[in-house]
Amino acid sequence: MNEISLTTVSPAAISPAVISLTVNGEPREVAAETTLAEVVTATSAAPTGVAAALNEAVVPRSAWSATGLRAGDRIEILTAVQGG
Amino acid sequence: MADDDLLTIAGTTFGSRLIMGTGGAPSLEILEQALLVSGTELTTVAMRRVNTATQGSVLDVLTRNGIRVLPNTAGCFTAGEAVLTARLAREALGTDWVKLEVIADERTLLPDPIELLDAAETLVDDGFTVLPYTNDDPVLARKLEDVGCAAIMPLGSPIGSGLGIRNPHNFQLIVESAGVPVILDAGAGTASDVALAMELGCSAVMLASAVTRAQDPVLMAEAMRHAAEAGRLAYRAGRIPRRFHAEASSAMAGRADLDHRERPAF
Repeated sequence: MNEISLTTVSPAAISPAVISLTVNGEPREVAAETTLAEVVTATSAAPTGVAAALNEAVVPRSAWSATGLRAGDRIEILTAVQGG
Repeated sequence: MADDDLLTIAGTTFGSRLIMGTGGAPSLEILEQALLVSGTELTTVAMRRVNTATQGSVLDVLTRNGIRVLPNTAGCFTAGEAVLTARLAREALGTDWVKLEVIADERTLLPDPIELLDAAETLVDDGFTVLPYTNDDPVLARKLEDVGCAAIMPLGSPIGSGLGIRNPHNFQLIVESAGVPVILDAGAGTASDVALAMELGCSAVMLASAVTRAQDPVLMAEAMRHAAEAGRLAYRAGRIPRRFHAEASSAMAGRADLDHRERPAF
């Protein structure tokens, strides 16, 4: 019986519990169901004045909580600093 | 500055003709004092990775003093990097204004004209109000205006060099044909550089290091405010032409008929 169940489940359908990605250049392991909103909140204490890019594309704040993450994603979270 | 002599960029008016940067200040407190004393109404910030260890926020300083924020794309070497940085700034700060910088190398920090023009065109098409930091090249200035930039920001000399305006003639050529404000960006070292820029017809001056790295940043900020105002007034007043020989300001007619050989006793 066990043999049958193993052959009918595709390996690709087995989701890992934890995925690896990078946040502002630092490697990070997060639960697979983590959203971009949770990563931003964990990285920045500031409620405003920050923006996030996922793999070189800006993700609007309104879409953060609906944006899922995949292994290997590169997330950049930026804010205004002294410059120019 | 007189109320009837406002700086207008993309339909927005400013009473001050000084655009300030915020880099290089010894502390946020001194920066805030310098910004207030300078009278600036438009000030740049850079976009960088969030750092939870940072104390205080330059954005808070600008917000509480009613100074409009102008994000820059400092540190970008390609059009792609600059466009993404501008879009992140728009998202983070809620402004579609951007001071566009695309530099060619770290040693000179000179703009890369090819990447700059590419980025400027892309951002204008994306709805941005683009203020490009550019070489003091009249042809490139014209092309940046042609793709829709809201101002032209030629460098007087390399960023942070304090060498002033190395080619005033180019500035005159740029000002002469520009239909948008020309703003000296980079190179100002002291008040006379700012006054010269304004006398040459620049609409404004952008500076950071000259104030933030001065021995007394707050005092220098005050000097720069006066210099921008004085230079602007002189430009509007119309200077006298330069002459090779003297021209007496006292009339020769009506002098007393004196014997020039006589020396009166003192």
